[in-house]
Amino acid sequence: MTERWSAGVLHYAEMGYWQPDYVPKPTDVLAAFRVTPQPGVPPEEAGAAVAGESSTATWTVVWTDRLTAYDHYQGKCYSVDPVPGHEEQYIARIAYDLDLFEEGSIANLSSSIIGNVFGFKALRALRLEDMRIPPHYAKTFQGPAHGIVMEREYLNKFGRPLLGATVKPKLGLSARNYGRVVYEALRGGLDFTKDDENINSQPFMRWRDRYLHCMEAVNKAQAETGEVKGHYMNVTAATMEDMYERADFARELGSVIVMVDLTAGYTAIQSMAKWARRNGVLLHLHRAGHSTYTRQKSHGVSFRVIAKWMRLAGVDHIHAGTVVGKLEGDPNSVAGFYDVLRVNQAEPDPVKGLYFEQDWVSMPGVMPVASGGIHAGQMHQLLHHLGEDVILQFGGGTIGHPLGIAAGATANRVALEAMIKARNEGRDLLTEGPDVLRSAAKRSRELDMALSTWGDVTFNFESTDTPDVIAVPTGA
Amino acid sequence: MTRPGFAPDRPGFALDRPGSRAPGQEPAAPEPLADDATVDLTAERTGAGVDQTLDSLESDLVGLEPVKTRVREIAALLLVDRVRGRFGLSAGPPSLHMCFTGNPGTGKTTVALRMAELLHRLGYLRRGHVVSVTRDDLVGQYVGHTAPKTRDAINRAMGGVLFIDEAYYLYRAENERDYGQESIEILLQYMENHRADLVVIMAGYADRMETFFASNPGMSSRIAHHLDFPDYSLDELVAIGELMLREQRYRLSAAAGTTFRDYLARRMTQPRFANARSVRNALERARLRHANRLIAGDGAPGKDDLMRLEPADFLASRVFSS
Amino acid sequence: MRITQGTFSYLPDLTDQEIASQLDYALGHGWALSVEFTDDPHPRNNYWDMWGLPMFGLADAAGVLHEINECRQAYPDSYIRVCAYDSRQGRQTVALSFLVNRPAAEPGFRLDRQETTDRRLRFTVHPYALDRPADTRYGPP
Repeated sequence: MTERWSAGVLHYAEMGYWQPDYVPKPTDVLAAFRVTPQPGVPPEEAGAAVAGESSTATWTVVWTDRLTAYDHYQGKCYSVDPVPGHEEQYIARIAYDLDLFEEGSIANLSSSIIGNVFGFKALRALRLEDMRIPPHYAKTFQGPAHGIVMEREYLNKFGRPLLGATVKPKLGLSARNYGRVVYEALRGGLDFTKDDENINSQPFMRWRDRYLHCMEAVNKAQAETGEVKGHYMNVTAATMEDMYERADFARELGSVIVMVDLTAGYTAIQSMAKWARRNGVLLHLHRAGHSTYTRQKSHGVSFRVIAKWMRLAGVDHIHAGTVVGKLEGDPNSVAGFYDVLRVNQAEPDPVKGLYFEQDWVSMPGVMPVASGGIHAGQMHQLLHHLGEDVILQFGGGTIGHPLGIAAGATANRVALEAMIKARNEGRDLLTEGPDVLRSAAKRSRELDMALSTWGDVTFNFESTDTPDVIAVPTGA
Repeated sequence: MTRPGFAPDRPGFALDRPGSRAPGQEPAAPEPLADDATVDLTAERTGAGVDQTLDSLESDLVGLEPVKTRVREIAALLLVDRVRGRFGLSAGPPSLHMCFTGNPGTGKTTVALRMAELLHRLGYLRRGHVVSVTRDDLVGQYVGHTAPKTRDAINRAMGGVLFIDEAYYLYRAENERDYGQESIEILLQYMENHRADLVVIMAGYADRMETFFASNPGMSSRIAHHLDFPDYSLDELVAIGELMLREQRYRLSAAAGTTFRDYLARRMTQPRFANARSVRNALERARLRHANRLIAGDGAPGKDDLMRLEPADFLASRVFSS
Repeated sequence: MRITQGTFSYLPDLTDQEIASQLDYALGHGWALSVEFTDDPHPRNNYWDMWGLPMFGLADAAGVLHEINECRQAYPDSYIRVCAYDSRQGRQTVALSFLVNRPAAEPGFRLDRQETTDRRLRFTVHPYALDRPADTRYGPP
């Protein structure tokens, strides 16, 4: 016993951070890390080090540990498994007691799990792959301000994905011109239009002017179609006070939805989620900046963890990948992200990269948003990969239409409705999709032109972020 | 959660199911035939799976020869009608509504189930299920209550058979405030206009059905097929009893066999005899006495003792004392 | 104009056959079906009039088509929609909803602007149909 407490340096594994016999409690928060130890560091020691440095440890023994029930507060690495095909990588699973965390705080959760350990020299690389949030902890979070079901009832739109578009060009349009783009896209048939992540309040367009022009556009489009329409008003700003000012103004003008960037920070996002529920306004989250740390498989934080945190934090929408668009997205990984956002009870699934079971105990789902280089010609693939509870955003694919923005919007809407109708009738999307599009195009000039303009555009590059396991068809 | 490319959860709803088609459409017939073509009726029969239904009718029901013959005849008629359709000879969906008359426990419900299956196999009913109702399911207790009740039963039966037991109770001539008439009107409309979607089978005692039809000629004219279900003979009842016992893994000792036959002969003549149902009830009571006999007795019963019914298990019945 | 509410409003009006296919799809999922009608097409009008009660436990769509046609006969100049309802835990909401009837002439909406402070406007979407009393909203003046 005195060895454990003699001053000096001990291996983490000997300080109790490696406990292969530990059975995680139902109340524990669990994390799976992809660990690449430095040469010479045993994997159990690496796993223990991660457990230690993300909970109570420091690099040398301290007597003050004995003032605490230290074995209660220690993170416990309870399993280390080699990754097939990658000699240098291991998956370490770590259990944290519920008492380590402040209730209902993503800032605290992230500071705890990733705040300290990623720069640790004994590891060449480290990635947080997945987490299990126990119901006891999930219930301390607000969760989505509205969620998928409530959003559909709010908008009165059922049975199909929703359609959106980001206003393009990303930067430079003045407020009045911006409003014109919004009006055309919405009256043509889209449900939403969107500020891009870097549209906040710049010299070429200040936020207040943008909001006024956009709400006029939204209302005109509503009157012309008889549908509820919305424009995601980006309220991201330098300070929380500014954000509240912008959000309140958007609400006063009657917007159904506002938007915030991931770069605003977890605390700001949680504040906005509370505001959104209090004020009955949908909250869209743009995952700005995530690819800096989610994209490389060896180091960083997997997007599925960010998605979980954001569902807890309480956003109603989050960008989650398109599979077939211009941005990174392996089909299986993306399927995993969509499950994290939408499903109430998920089982571990190595093919989709889900490491743990996750029971959301009736926390509403977040509407995933697919955005980035997709066009009407891919409608069958989008529906096949992503399902029905999703927002499909066609920025360039709407605004770049030869006949104009409204025509672009109509083309997308016709393609979507035709595809849903065909799917409901029992047709196979992947094989018959192109036929469905072609026959719909016969009765829609807008769709016909869209297909001729973009029909052959694909983005086929090898994914950098794929699960370790692929499903191999059996010989049967 | 939504799964990409939903597959419907309930089997039988995929639209590429053979024989499936949208409501109001004609039966999904194969391509029309040229005037000089010939048809292989045996192949048609096997193709439709008709024999399976008829075979299960054989095994389900003891006796009832006249009924089984009638069902076979109707099957032949519908098969030929379908083939005639391919030559362009039949016009419109045939009327398939039926009336089953007979005493309780003579197999009317079982035959209705098999009939629904047959009609489905031959392509006359899209789903082939049976919704079984009585007057209380169709008629309300106050104004405005009847129509939704009747329509609800009909909607649930669409694509299959609406089996109305003791249908004559719908009509109560003596009570003007009775709402049964409204239900009858609605049924008549659907029986006429939805022949491709719904088959109505009415069932009950022969004499009372006769009276019912006499007072409701509109109903009578829409019934295409009348099937009468005669009472079972003593031999048939014994056979039914033995079939039931075999299913339940019991057997009669030789002596018990004689006693059982005697029991049935007496019971048949007594009031409220419900044929197969009464046989089932008698066997239930015999099992009860058998169990109590074993418990009361000493000794360790073996497997056969647990299966074997003895005369004592029947003789205790009042049937023998009155 | 043509209001574009419901799931298939950008496609040509569905034939009875196509409606039946959609109903079959809904029944395959075990969703209850109901028919609703209204003469007030405002986008925020959630509660249309119910034509009878929602139909649960159906095996076939023929009954629903019958009800749709009865409703069309009774209210030929109303908007009529079919809703399929998913009662599963976690959903408990409409799963599919589409129009099956429209008035012959749809007058659409007026956008009213009310000036308030600075450059703000308060917008109201006003259905022209509501200018006339109920029961006379569509059809000849």
